[in-house]
Amino acid sequence: MEQLYISLKDYLIFKNFFEVIKGLDNTILLLAISLPIGFILSLIFALGRVSKITFLAKIIAGYIFVIRGTPLLVQIYLIYFGLGSIKAIRDSFMWYLLKEPFWCGVIALTVNTVAYGSEIFRGGIQSIEKGQIESGKALGFGKFMMMRKIIFPIAIRKVLPSYGNELILMVKATSLVSLTTYMEMTGIARRIMAKTFAPVEAFIAAGMLYLFLNFLMVQFIRYLEWKYNAHLRVSN
Amino acid sequence: MFKFDKLVFGDLGWGDELLFATLMTLIVSILSMGLGLFLAIITVWAKIIQSRITRFIANFYTTVIRGVPELLVIYLIFFGGNAVVMSIAKIFGYNGYIELNALTIATIAIAFISATYSSEVLRAAYLSINKGQVEAAKALGLNRFSIFIRILAPQIIRYALPGIGNVWQITLKDTSLISVTGLVEIMRQSRIASNVEHSPLTFLITAALLYLFLTTFSGKFFKILEIKFSQGYN
Repeated sequence: MEQLYISLKDYLIFKNFFEVIKGLDNTILLLAISLPIGFILSLIFALGRVSKITFLAKIIAGYIFVIRGTPLLVQIYLIYFGLGSIKAIRDSFMWYLLKEPFWCGVIALTVNTVAYGSEIFRGGIQSIEKGQIESGKALGFGKFMMMRKIIFPIAIRKVLPSYGNELILMVKATSLVSLTTYMEMTGIARRIMAKTFAPVEAFIAAGMLYLFLNFLMVQFIRYLEWKYNAHLRVSN
Repeated sequence: MFKFDKLVFGDLGWGDELLFATLMTLIVSILSMGLGLFLAIITVWAKIIQSRITRFIANFYTTVIRGVPELLVIYLIFFGGNAVVMSIAKIFGYNGYIELNALTIATIAIAFISATYSSEVLRAAYLSINKGQVEAAKALGLNRFSIFIRILAPQIIRYALPGIGNVWQITLKDTSLISVTGLVEIMRQSRIASNVEHSPLTFLITAALLYLFLTTFSGKFFKILEIKFSQGYN
């Protein structure tokens, strides 16, 4: 029988959409591991960067300089192809991680976000007024207490917008891991393109999913800003 | 591990190939930064004139491009660009196969990405100029062109330069993604060389150093520009 109508799911772009969405969990998995570790390491690195141990501060400054001066793609390739070519690493326990494109991606993304994140946190920490720290000292706060009660709460509020920006950049950066054969959304879109020869439909389907993911990220950051800036909220 | 002898110039090493690749990266960066700034000026103009339609289009463009990975934008323009050009050619009665060259595609793709960042920087710079200055210029009888050239442009450049420097660094690093389209720039050349010589570490570290060199020295260049343009202010 002749088909009288075309149903929605016959459109290539919808088919692609449901194909690409299978890669969403892989993309989220990359973020779910690299973002929390990146956050914690960024804080530690930022503290090291502002610490009085100049040796440590210099090493961290050098690390930040190198990572921020090179593209993420070079870092991913260096970890995936470069480290794998050293025999000592292939023989060591690290090979269990580095032979998987997924873990290479996680390591590269973490290394990258720590460099940017720690610079953001350093700005937040250094922008704290001297008076606040002095009053903390006057109250007899120790180093840890000072960190927990004064420096961290003030710094986190100051850096939220720029750290949020970094989080969105990270969502976008996960697409580069597809170049190490890891099948997340961009990788799947690329495979669809190779199969169907319809590039526009494939990449727009993936693009919509990334936009959705970033939309959720923006909402999350807005919620955090709303939550942490309770003292600035106008009551009505 | 690190084979220094593979980096010499001439037929025995990859030194000259990498030098040309570095030049290619620079050319793509400069071209796309320029085109990006041009697109950014149009975008800013579309956002600040009192028209809902242009503002909607400009906002849609910046939101979508900034929310989608750069790699996807490049894939879309690289694989979809030819189809678009061919369908336009079909309207004019040409049915043959057209392929844009890699440099054109690379420049357009990176410029589209770079323009979204530049437009935010330029818009912020424009908004930070005191409205009173424009009113004072109008009161003095300057026409719109003179107001832009004599009052707005010098201040926009001064306010925007640090941000434009950052966009330049982002653009320079984004050109590494162009390697997926086959244009032989630093990233592509180092992948080719490492495949031939079976020594990824050598060439990837070299690529990283080349990028580091480019970003550092162009950063210095922008610092000098900033000092030059802020003369008389501090």
